[in-house]
Amino acid sequence: MSDSLANLYQQVILDHARQRIGYGQLDHADAERFERNPTCGDEVMVRLALEQGTDRIASLAWQGAGCSISTASASVLAQLAEGLTLTELQSKIDAFRAMLRERGDVEPDEDVLGDAVAFQGVSKYVMRVKCAMLPWVAAEACRGSLT
Amino acid sequence: MSATIVDVSQPITDHEVNAIRRDFPALLESVNGEPLAYLDSAATAQRPHAVLDAERHFLEHHNAAVHRGAHTLAGLATEAYEDARSTVAAFVGAGPDEVVWTANATDALNLVAYGFANASHGRGGAAARRFALAPGDEIVVTEAEHHANLVPWQELAAVTGATLRFIPVNDSGVYSVGDAAAVLSSRTRIVALAHVSNVTGFVAPVAEIVALAHARGALVVLDACQSAPHRALDLPGLGVDFAAFSGHKMLGPTGIGVLYGRAELLDALPPFRTGGSMISTVTMTDADYLPAPQRFEAGTPPVSQAIALAEAVRYLQRIGLDRIERREELLAERMLVGLAGIPGIRTIGPGLGVPRAGLVSFDVDGVHGHDVGQYLDARGIAVRVGHHCAQPLHRRLGLISSTRASAYMYTTTDEVDRLLGSAHEVRRYFGAA
Repeated sequence: MSDSLANLYQQVILDHARQRIGYGQLDHADAERFERNPTCGDEVMVRLALEQGTDRIASLAWQGAGCSISTASASVLAQLAEGLTLTELQSKIDAFRAMLRERGDVEPDEDVLGDAVAFQGVSKYVMRVKCAMLPWVAAEACRGSLT
Repeated sequence: MSATIVDVSQPITDHEVNAIRRDFPALLESVNGEPLAYLDSAATAQRPHAVLDAERHFLEHHNAAVHRGAHTLAGLATEAYEDARSTVAAFVGAGPDEVVWTANATDALNLVAYGFANASHGRGGAAARRFALAPGDEIVVTEAEHHANLVPWQELAAVTGATLRFIPVNDSGVYSVGDAAAVLSSRTRIVALAHVSNVTGFVAPVAEIVALAHARGALVVLDACQSAPHRALDLPGLGVDFAAFSGHKMLGPTGIGVLYGRAELLDALPPFRTGGSMISTVTMTDADYLPAPQRFEAGTPPVSQAIALAEAVRYLQRIGLDRIERREELLAERMLVGLAGIPGIRTIGPGLGVPRAGLVSFDVDGVHGHDVGQYLDARGIAVRVGHHCAQPLHRRLGLISSTRASAYMYTTTDEVDRLLGSAHEVRRYFGAA
């Protein structure tokens, strides 16, 4: 029992769920997107601000309510996104999505995903993949609105 | 079940529960290396061998289309199908013409709402005028309804110009007859409410609300999904005009639900779905409809499901609905006392000593319902998490989601204790305590 649960709720995830990096508002946002998971009611608003005149992310902030998987995922995303170009953000979103779809068969690249590799265990829980993806889907929509 | 003499006023005993459990193969499953503790019967109940066997026996020996064809199997199938209707009708104190087979309870509630909508558009002639709604008319629901007994009424209000009003609930998610009386008026045409709330376990004062509604000329639609499987039900005795319940919550199959309607109302309500099996004469421009219940059963119906549902009813009757209700009261009390005693856990719904069905929803401070459910699942305990198709109620209670444990006749006290033990640990695991 405890092994499978610990594989899902890795300490990094539990820590991020409580730390909530990037939780809050932005003074100015260049893009924002609200996403909701209708099956559980989880919701997240992701806001993105660029460094002036560039396509480099100054900060990514989020607000919302959800399970530890979705809030930890938003926290990890906020940590990862700062300083990336929009293209780099998209490649990380693609890598994150691929990891969650691979059912844990392929070892994810920690250089690309940082703390987000901790979500590899989520890929084995089909019902929780949406929780992990929720903030990333919102960020992807933000990127789409800016390019 | 053995044919021992039992006191029908007493709850099912632990000993009997152990015998009952042997009838339910799914209860023997292991989940994540632990014996399954199935505490999600309010979502869907497990099925006994008798029900599974009845469906299979029909399909292996008598399967044929009903109400058409002259061959032997067609006759046997039609007879079994209509016998099933009589069995299920008698189960709720109704006549066979007062029971319509539907796809599920949601479908049954839509059938009524769209019947009203069609009457409001002039269908069904003079007899259906009593169902016609117009601006100024009011439809009343409670704030605690399942979406299935809310959204169809929102649609009906939208297409007729009627106003949707609601009976508010208090901080525990329950309401009183007085709360209902304050909302009902001479403008009220429909009152739609759940007999037992799927979130709070609250048992509605149905007879009193029926009296209020009828005194104002309104019809009452009852969502009996959480009551029909768990307590003796006399729908004509309660006085409701329509009622809906589903097969899969009462040991029967999915794909079948039941609409009860008082005979004179069903005969006047315009049909919702039209096509084959519900007509008497059809020309290229027009059609005459069969009387109820056939006029509501267009297309090939869920035949083997109806036959299996009748078997489920017989199983429930063998055990005794009153004894099931008593047993579940004890389990609910054990869950309620145990959960309420855990620091950081807030239970939803009526307090101790107030009638409550065998389910308890709760919020764990600092831990999302999804995480609670996952933690319990790792211990083999199956519960429901989320909004339980009742978003407005959760919003009213200041919650996005909750965790619901629901019992049935086959639930053991040990399973409840396993839930309580794990619920004690969950906040610490997620760093909330």
